[in-house]
Amino acid sequence: MRTSGARGTQLANLGLVLGVLAGISMAIGLYLGLVYAPMDAVQGNAQRIFYIHVPMAWVAFLAFFVVFVAGIMYLWKRELIWDQVARSSAEIGLVFTTLVLVTGSFWGRPIWGTWWTWDARLTTTLLLWFIFLGYFMIRAYAGDRGRAATFSAVIGIIGFFDVPIIYLSVNWWRTLHPQAVITLSGAAMPGQMVWALMVCLLGFTLLYAYLMVQKLAIEQAKDKLIDYQFALSEREAEGVTAA
Amino acid sequence: MRDAMGRVSVVVWKDLLTEVRTKELFGGMMIFAVLTIITFNFAFDLTGTGRAASGAGAMWVAFNFAGFLGLGRSIALERDRGSLDGLLLCPVDRGTIFLGKFIGNLLFITLVELISVPIFGALFNLDVIQATLLLVLVLGTVGFAAIGTLLAVMAASTRAREVLLPVLMFPILLPVIIASVRATTMILTHETGDLLPWLNLLGAYDVLFLAISYLVFDRVVEE
Repeated sequence: MRTSGARGTQLANLGLVLGVLAGISMAIGLYLGLVYAPMDAVQGNAQRIFYIHVPMAWVAFLAFFVVFVAGIMYLWKRELIWDQVARSSAEIGLVFTTLVLVTGSFWGRPIWGTWWTWDARLTTTLLLWFIFLGYFMIRAYAGDRGRAATFSAVIGIIGFFDVPIIYLSVNWWRTLHPQAVITLSGAAMPGQMVWALMVCLLGFTLLYAYLMVQKLAIEQAKDKLIDYQFALSEREAEGVTAA
Repeated sequence: MRDAMGRVSVVVWKDLLTEVRTKELFGGMMIFAVLTIITFNFAFDLTGTGRAASGAGAMWVAFNFAGFLGLGRSIALERDRGSLDGLLLCPVDRGTIFLGKFIGNLLFITLVELISVPIFGALFNLDVIQATLLLVLVLGTVGFAAIGTLLAVMAASTRAREVLLPVLMFPILLPVIIASVRATTMILTHETGDLLPWLNLLGAYDVLFLAISYLVFDRVVEE
């Protein structure tokens, strides 16, 4: 009992440290992105959304990768902790995928003149969002904890393999059927922009780690609560039969 | 090896025999596929010059819808009468059961396609009797049936069942839909220069997802 309590405190401390670090680096990143980095010659200030949009996309894919690895580990080892990791990461991933789609739309509107275009990256991100959604739907409807964990692990694994294929197929669909494809100019960025991006990437990665620690603690508490409720109902049932 | 093949074919035979006796699957899927294509005729102009492109899309949407119907029904039949539990109690590898169910589903969907394609060609005046089209049908349907057999078993043991299957399947299946529709359009318009990359994509998808489904099926049916 004492060890689990000590581990809980350690985890809380780690969460605090990560949270503070994430806050500091994101504040610096915001300063660098909004003030320090020069204004984009073509896109003007609208380009500055780049410093949060790209790190969000990175976190979404990182989260999805963690879901994939934890899913394999769960199917292999059958240990509850891997499912707790997977579902925590999936929830963060779903939130960040939503944010990527929204910030991307805000960026696309002034620059491309449209909220949405069926380009490979956009379409793949949208489908990734739908796969995450399916992940949570099957969890919600699965009924029991083991079933939810197994089914969602399978969705996480299939989705991970599928995303590159979706990207490839949409890309081919575009190129073999030429249309005005909008691409960002591949020109090298000024050093200040790279710095701002790097700091923001670091900040968002720390934010992911912080959210993971928090979310994991919540999921573990939830599972413990379910166990207690189950034990309690069993004891009550015993009490009834004894009386 | 020969034993394993024999066991798989027993599972397939069971499904075929059930269908012959109950007639719950094939007729419904068939009529549904043709009706979908007919409905699309009113949504798009399937008689004008662009009919090959929109026709290929309409055809694959019809096949996918009929496929969902078939997958859902096939697993519901197993569950309603407890025959899935019976299958799982058999002293055979779970992968064998997966392959049997997969081949059964593949056969039903392919049969629906084979019969509705000529009807489709006649209704919309398209040149559908081509060997390459058969190849695209088979490659597209193998991918559909592989991932569909796995996801249908999963969806069937949840509360949402029929609703969940298409929601899970459509995003995962998108590469197959894109590749099949593109390849079919090329074949129907006789512009087959860029056909090979799409066939390769379908083939790679089939192999990858057949392997994944085969490997995880054991874990899924345990629940």
